[in-house]
Amino acid sequence: MKRLTPYLLVLPGGLWLAVFLVVPMVFMASVSTQEGDLVNGFAQTFNVGVYGDVLSQYGTQFLRSAGYGLAATVLSILLAYPVAYWIAFRGGARKSTYLLLVLLPFFVSFVLRTVSWKFLLADEGILLAPLKSAGLLPGDFHVLQTTAAVIGGLVYNYLPFMILPIYVALERVDPRTVEAAQDLYASRREAFTRIVLPLSLPGVFAGVLMTFVPMTSDYVNAAILGGPENTMIGNIIQTEYLVNNDYPTAAALSFTLMAAMLVGIFAYARALGTENVLEAAAR
Amino acid sequence: MDPRTTPAFLRGMTQSRSVTRRDAFRLAGLSAAGLALSACGVQGKKAAPPKKDAVAEYWASKKKNGTLRFANWPLYIDKDGKKYPSLELFTADTGIQVTYAEAIQEMPAFFGKIQPQLAAGNDIGHDLMVLTNSIQLNRAIQLGYLVPLDHSKLPNFAANAGARFKNPVWDPGNTYTVPWAGGITGIAYNPKYVDEVTSIEDLWNPKYKGKVGMMTDTQEVANFGMFALGIDPDKSTEADWKKAGDKLRQQRDAGLVRKYYENDYVDALVRGDVWITMAWSGDVFQQVAEGKDLRFVVPAEGGTIWTDNLCIPKTAQNPVDALTLMDYVYQPKIAAMLVEYINYIAPVPATKDILTAKAATEKGEDKEFLEQVAASPMIYPSDADMAKLRSYKTLSPAEEKVFEDIFQPVTQG
Amino acid sequence: MSASEPGSTGGVRTRPRGRAGDRLLRVYVWLVIAWLLLPIAVMIVFGFNDTQSKSNVSWQGFTAKWWGRLDEYPQLLDAVDYSLKIALLSVLVTTVLGTLMGLALGRHRFRGQGATNLMMFAAISSPELVMGASLLSLFISTGVETGFWTVVIAHVLFSLSFVAITVRARVVGMDASIEEAARDLGASAWTTFWRITFPMILPGVVAGALLAFALSIDDFVITQFTTGGDVQTFPLWIWGATRIGVPPQVNVIGTLIFAAGVAIAVLNAVTARRRGT
Repeated sequence: MKRLTPYLLVLPGGLWLAVFLVVPMVFMASVSTQEGDLVNGFAQTFNVGVYGDVLSQYGTQFLRSAGYGLAATVLSILLAYPVAYWIAFRGGARKSTYLLLVLLPFFVSFVLRTVSWKFLLADEGILLAPLKSAGLLPGDFHVLQTTAAVIGGLVYNYLPFMILPIYVALERVDPRTVEAAQDLYASRREAFTRIVLPLSLPGVFAGVLMTFVPMTSDYVNAAILGGPENTMIGNIIQTEYLVNNDYPTAAALSFTLMAAMLVGIFAYARALGTENVLEAAAR
Repeated sequence: MDPRTTPAFLRGMTQSRSVTRRDAFRLAGLSAAGLALSACGVQGKKAAPPKKDAVAEYWASKKKNGTLRFANWPLYIDKDGKKYPSLELFTADTGIQVTYAEAIQEMPAFFGKIQPQLAAGNDIGHDLMVLTNSIQLNRAIQLGYLVPLDHSKLPNFAANAGARFKNPVWDPGNTYTVPWAGGITGIAYNPKYVDEVTSIEDLWNPKYKGKVGMMTDTQEVANFGMFALGIDPDKSTEADWKKAGDKLRQQRDAGLVRKYYENDYVDALVRGDVWITMAWSGDVFQQVAEGKDLRFVVPAEGGTIWTDNLCIPKTAQNPVDALTLMDYVYQPKIAAMLVEYINYIAPVPATKDILTAKAATEKGEDKEFLEQVAASPMIYPSDADMAKLRSYKTLSPAEEKVFEDIFQPVTQG
Repeated sequence: MSASEPGSTGGVRTRPRGRAGDRLLRVYVWLVIAWLLLPIAVMIVFGFNDTQSKSNVSWQGFTAKWWGRLDEYPQLLDAVDYSLKIALLSVLVTTVLGTLMGLALGRHRFRGQGATNLMMFAAISSPELVMGASLLSLFISTGVETGFWTVVIAHVLFSLSFVAITVRARVVGMDASIEEAARDLGASAWTTFWRITFPMILPGVVAGALLAFALSIDDFVITQFTTGGDVQTFPLWIWGATRIGVPPQVNVIGTLIFAAGVAIAVLNAVTARRRGT
């Protein structure tokens, strides 16, 4: 009985994951190689050619999504690092208050937050209209339906996921090591680049893991803030599945996206030894 | 708050023991088991061809139940606070209690929701619904999801519906549907920025670069591409679609199109994000009635007419009650109540006179508004405009794929 | 909660050098915080907008009337109702399954442990879009009708790993000798679990349950793929409404949810501090 205990404990949850996470992936692979339409049904024809088709037809959107994901990730690091640094080292007794402030957006529905931005950034809206009438911006200046709006929306929605891990890593840095460095006549800059920065990198890596994947596969920001030249691969998958009911194309696209992500994550983890890094971050 | 940011979780994440290659193989074995299950295809939903006496057969055993569940679009019926006056009259006259739901916001999404239930023969929770003539409505008809109507129980429809609202190409003889309201897809613009518009070519005018709104719906946008080339959508061929696709792509590549919109083009027009846009008549009418300075035109080259249609799903629990309401709203006085609020094209022409008469008895703002409704070419289009209007192309499933492959890359490139 | 809880490592001495740089940094941090909060402020303020038209896009004057007219959109209230029901139900299932998994993973070594960890990692790191798409593939292939229950299944799926990992962290950090002592004193396995183990892991379980609730209530992507029939959650309703104009009642409900979330977070932080964990 005792030997069986762990299996009994893990079985229900494990089965749930197996049946609803692993098995559906197999079904998705199967659907991707079927042919047909909603009215007449889809038959399995092992049409592997669909993968070539979707890549040639939607290659642009794949590359664009990767580009947006990358740009938004880099921007997030640049924006988040100083914030995390300041809270960790200068936050003093009010650290938790600052953290709560940074996390407040998460108490508002993701979709609603993005809709709010659409409203704020309107061509004649409350941000741009005053600047335009003051002559600071040309009359035809706009933010909505630009690449900047989509990437900005992505950064906005996922920034706290970058701030938090970096903060957690920085908080672990023993201030005495910095003091020691300075006692040894290291400049502030040297103390930072030689001590603080390397010790905080694990947090940055964790942040990248938590933001790059959801940003790259996002479709809400492109749909609400983007224009014709900002369609991401997520928008295509959503349309093919839910609007056109073209399941094979949609499944092939999703499968390709997942494969690309997995390869990316594993390559990244291997290159940086992320697993150890993650552990270090949280210790 | 998002769990991924809590320290407890971040800490937990990192205690993960490393995953071995063997574990990955185990999962692969599990997947193989799934593969055996998933080898067969997704079942087809095609319906058997309707029998000749399907109407009589279906209605023979159906009885009035005194309840009705009605699914409609938001803000698409007369409303007084929380009450629906026309439905209350209906209940008073027929004894049928109505549960009214604003359940439909988008055709593809709504169809996607009800389709599996209808395929399985399950109740979708509605006895009567309002579907736009569209790829989805065509599918619903082809798949046998709709009940053929017993026209012997629809005398008001026969007597009062306008000729242009009877016998549409996509539902010959109104076999499955009768119109609830109709609309025109034309061009709306803000005269503050845009000179008078008569031609569809203004949507291609470089002066309005980045300030042009187009619709994301492939059938809507395709029709405008075809109008611009002088093609009648209903007679169009694959070659025509390709040409129209090129025309639309040219507009897009020139940077003219700000965005391919859903119904949110109205907000964009009001906010000033776009100056000129494809638009639906009723939306523009309402903005104008609220005092916004906007114009609506049916371009000389053509515009699209569409209808939102009452129909009964095959799994309806109260079909007789649904049919009763279908006929009830075709009484001119009820139809007038509806059009006064909905502000789209009324399928009952007699409502114009009723509204004009009512306007004479009212005063002030109400009078003004009623006169505006009765006189509006957006609600009672002129014969000259009507002559320019075309429907969407009715597509077979095979054509639909070709059509989507041409136009979807335009709106979703 | 954990060592990473703010303030627990003690103060970092601020050096007198570089005051100007610090001040600049401080301004920068407040700018970022302002940027993060700006859309929330707009959401709250426009719940008080006296708008006439269908859509709530320009400021028309102050009114509180929308707060009393939430029932004008019965579908919206239904959506909130569905969101709560789905969240509560999936939290219940997730918490039970996740706690059991966390116990097994934290306390025992067994065959298949690595595979379980891999699945949990996959559940956390896969794009939501792909999880939703694959579940939909499963449901359409097997002819399962999507609706309330398929959404619950999906929500349990994506929150399960979070709960299991949180509980595991608690179990690993727990002193096993107390349980051993109880057993030595003659307590049965059952009694030991309920009297000793469970109270000790309870904070982890509660934290996990809160996480699962938060994940469920705000989920949009997976829900959109796995729902059907009339089942619409609050985020889905907003998504639909963006196409026809978002009424001010949405802002009101958004504000209410925001206020409730903040209250729970503050309460949680205060009690955690009082417990000294």
